[in-house]
Amino acid sequence: MTQPMNQPRLEVEDLHVRFDTDEGSVLAVNGVSFALQAGEVLALVGESGCGKSMTAMAILGLLPPTATPSGSVRLEGRDISGLSQRELRAIRGREISMIFQEPMTSLNPVFTVGHQIGEVLRRHEGLGRKEARARAIELLDLVRIPSARTRVDEYPHQMSGGMRQRVMIAMAVACNPKVLLADEPTTALDVTIQAQILDIMRDLRQELGTSIVMITHDLGVVADIADRVVVMYAGHVAETGTVDAVFANPQHPYTLGLLGSVPRPDLVLADVQERLAEIPGVVPTLRQPPTECVFAPRCPRADESCLTRMPELTETAPGQRAACVHPGPAEAEQKEAVRV
Amino acid sequence: MTSISATATVAPARRGSRLRRRFARRPTAVIGLFGVCVVVVVALLAPWLAPYAPDASDYNAILQPPGSPGHLLGTDDIGRDLLSRLVVGTRASLTAGVLATMLAVVVAVPLGMIAGYYRGWIDPIVSRVTDVVLSFPFLILAVGLAAILGPSLINAAIALAVSQVPMFVRIARGEVLSLRETEYVQAAVVNGAPTRVILFRHMLPNILNPLIVQATVAIPAAIIGAAVLSFLGLGVQPPTPAWGTMLSDAQQYVSQAPWFATFPGLAIALTTLSFNLFGDGLRDVLDVRMRS
Amino acid sequence: MKWYIARRAGASLLTLFIATIVVFVGVRALPGDPAIALSAENPSPQVIAAIRHEYALDKPLPVQYVVWLGKALHGNLGTSPKTGLPVAQSLAERLPITLELTILAMVIAIAIGLPIGILAAVRRGSLADYVASTTAIAGLSVPHFWLGILFILAFAVNLQWLPASGFVPLTDPGANLAHMIMPAAVLGIGMAAVVMRQMRSAMLESLGADYIRTARAKGMSEGVVVGMHALRNSLITVVTVLGLQLGVLISGAVITEQIFIIPGIGKLTIDSVFSRDYPTLQGVVLITATGYILANLVTDICYSLLNPRIRVSGGAA
Repeated sequence: MTQPMNQPRLEVEDLHVRFDTDEGSVLAVNGVSFALQAGEVLALVGESGCGKSMTAMAILGLLPPTATPSGSVRLEGRDISGLSQRELRAIRGREISMIFQEPMTSLNPVFTVGHQIGEVLRRHEGLGRKEARARAIELLDLVRIPSARTRVDEYPHQMSGGMRQRVMIAMAVACNPKVLLADEPTTALDVTIQAQILDIMRDLRQELGTSIVMITHDLGVVADIADRVVVMYAGHVAETGTVDAVFANPQHPYTLGLLGSVPRPDLVLADVQERLAEIPGVVPTLRQPPTECVFAPRCPRADESCLTRMPELTETAPGQRAACVHPGPAEAEQKEAVRV
Repeated sequence: MTSISATATVAPARRGSRLRRRFARRPTAVIGLFGVCVVVVVALLAPWLAPYAPDASDYNAILQPPGSPGHLLGTDDIGRDLLSRLVVGTRASLTAGVLATMLAVVVAVPLGMIAGYYRGWIDPIVSRVTDVVLSFPFLILAVGLAAILGPSLINAAIALAVSQVPMFVRIARGEVLSLRETEYVQAAVVNGAPTRVILFRHMLPNILNPLIVQATVAIPAAIIGAAVLSFLGLGVQPPTPAWGTMLSDAQQYVSQAPWFATFPGLAIALTTLSFNLFGDGLRDVLDVRMRS
Repeated sequence: MKWYIARRAGASLLTLFIATIVVFVGVRALPGDPAIALSAENPSPQVIAAIRHEYALDKPLPVQYVVWLGKALHGNLGTSPKTGLPVAQSLAERLPITLELTILAMVIAIAIGLPIGILAAVRRGSLADYVASTTAIAGLSVPHFWLGILFILAFAVNLQWLPASGFVPLTDPGANLAHMIMPAAVLGIGMAAVVMRQMRSAMLESLGADYIRTARAKGMSEGVVVGMHALRNSLITVVTVLGLQLGVLISGAVITEQIFIIPGIGKLTIDSVFSRDYPTLQGVVLITATGYILANLVTDICYSLLNPRIRVSGGAA
């Protein structure tokens, strides 16, 4: 923090989220840390239920009332994790904004898209009704919505899913935020529309210098847009590093499983569910802090040493870390088999 | 130890006990169930519970206040024991409520199911007919029917049943409409199961929850409706005691004998409250979303 | 939008048409000779013959219906054998009174039910929610007419704040309100419970919607989130429910007018049943059915105005 030049835009440190339900506590996020530089795209990857969405909601302070977060979230060095809702509201939509998976339901059906975009500007930048509308048209242009001047007065139901997601993006970048959290922004869309949305986001990052946290289970999206990747499993970080390093040389068996039989992920925008099916079992729901590796029940490399403690993230190569007792590339599998 | 719990499908036997536990966790629902049980027991045992014959009048003890000797809740304008009349009056109220709802279910559910299953020409006809029935407010309908059929408990129940038919039709129709597309129904159709079997063996058990919840709404509504009709003289005819008629008798003595009007009203209110609390709990437990 | 309203209006007209058949058949189903039913007690043979001719009772039923409907459409609903007045005239005199009562009741119901319903939803699971929800169930369980009697006992007999019963025309607004406020409150309280419960569940549904999460993520204040985003959507549902509740309100008006001796349509209904004044009864049933169907049409139109999915594209409801 003494060197503002290297200071990350967003720093998440040892983030935990616990839910207290009728059936006891659930540990949704367990010690997640990452840092995001200016203009960088970081991908949070994992199966559904691994805690990646909860991480985003915790950053914004938008967790449901049953959730208890801990750890710190720093925005350009300023700790925002302890702020009041009132203070957080001044940050949401202005400094950190978010787009969601379901473009069909994430826009309010009873207001025009212009109103919903203008609302952010009126709230955070004190614009009047007319100025907000004019800005909204510019923003619709920015996200490449044709004939923005007329579409600004349309209601969400008059637009396609892809159009609505562009509106969501326009809304999110309206105040030129420092960080954009994108929670599965392309999952609900057709493949061709997905590519367009990713293009728009890439351009925004270029033009506006926005840092993006891309939450996805789609490795194609990661390869397409992200600089670095954080692989999550059961609320823990399994592996992290640059996209190139992790894809070329995955160390954690879970990452390996995710990548599956895809040798050249940069060419593939395929359905990840199929590949995940190759790892037997499901993501566990943690109720107590783990005393063994959380991935052990599904892991081909698991042995007694994995059952003694939850491994911590350790550097396997410069800039690449994995939380595994037996890290190593794919060939490790064969070696294991020979050794046992 | 890492505790790992996967969401497993719950076996039917366990589902029953889990529902019971969820129900028991709601104090108001348990109170409601208790109240409903009390009302049913009182109605069944009325002749043995009532200290006097409900129509035995004692002209030496007219409009006695509650707590007077021999009359726990006092007496009415011709010296009849209020407690006895209340206890026996439970029967008329409960009969009207349950009978009306049962009649409505028997008519409406098959109608709604057939309309939802076959669609075609029958669906719009059923919808239109329910619209027409709805366009006559219940009391207007009941008054008209009483004028045509003559006032009695049974006719009041028929009028109440007619006014409840549209709601049950809508629920049954809507549920069947959505069930029609499910795989197991499609499978039964492909396997050549007769329509009768599909509707009543495959579908009916799956639409029971919303119907049961609607019944818990319909019964107290019918109890109030029956009381209104007997209050107006269009329901149970004297000398059979009914809470509504007691209230209309009491209306003219409000200033002299306020308790006379208080107890029958309280009986209606507590009975319907019990059913409503019970129904509300049941709806939460069965997780039924009410459609309007 | 235009198509939507036209379609709804068409459906309402059809319903109304069938309703007139029901009323017509209802009168024919009365025990005994309809000519006698439509006349005063112990009518002379000439009177019966005149009625028979007027309503074409010697012709087949469909012809009778057409004759009857033709008269009704011209505002001729027959003459009351009890008062000798045209039925249409007494309906016209009494309708405004019932309208005033129901509108007042509706205002009371909305004024109480809406804010409490919103509060209960926003503070879901709190003590306030619990108290409000339980009170609402209690409000639903208390029969109108008993509440009316209790109100008379409390406010007229004991406290002597308000007149126990009767009606003063609107020409004297103060006295009119003094007479109307108690019956309207009785009618409105039960309705308020319904409004509260519907509002609460509609708000809970809206507040759980994805677009609420979006609004929060935009940094909108809770006031805007609840008061604009959630409320606007919830009202669409609640308006429909209010329309359906009108039937309940009319039924409630019948009994309330009976208790507070207000000379509205409801009292006319009951009086005509007991005096076997069938032309009046027929007129009352016809007018309430018409009123209810019209009110539902208005509700549908309000719904479409509130809901851009229908207003803008004219799509299906």
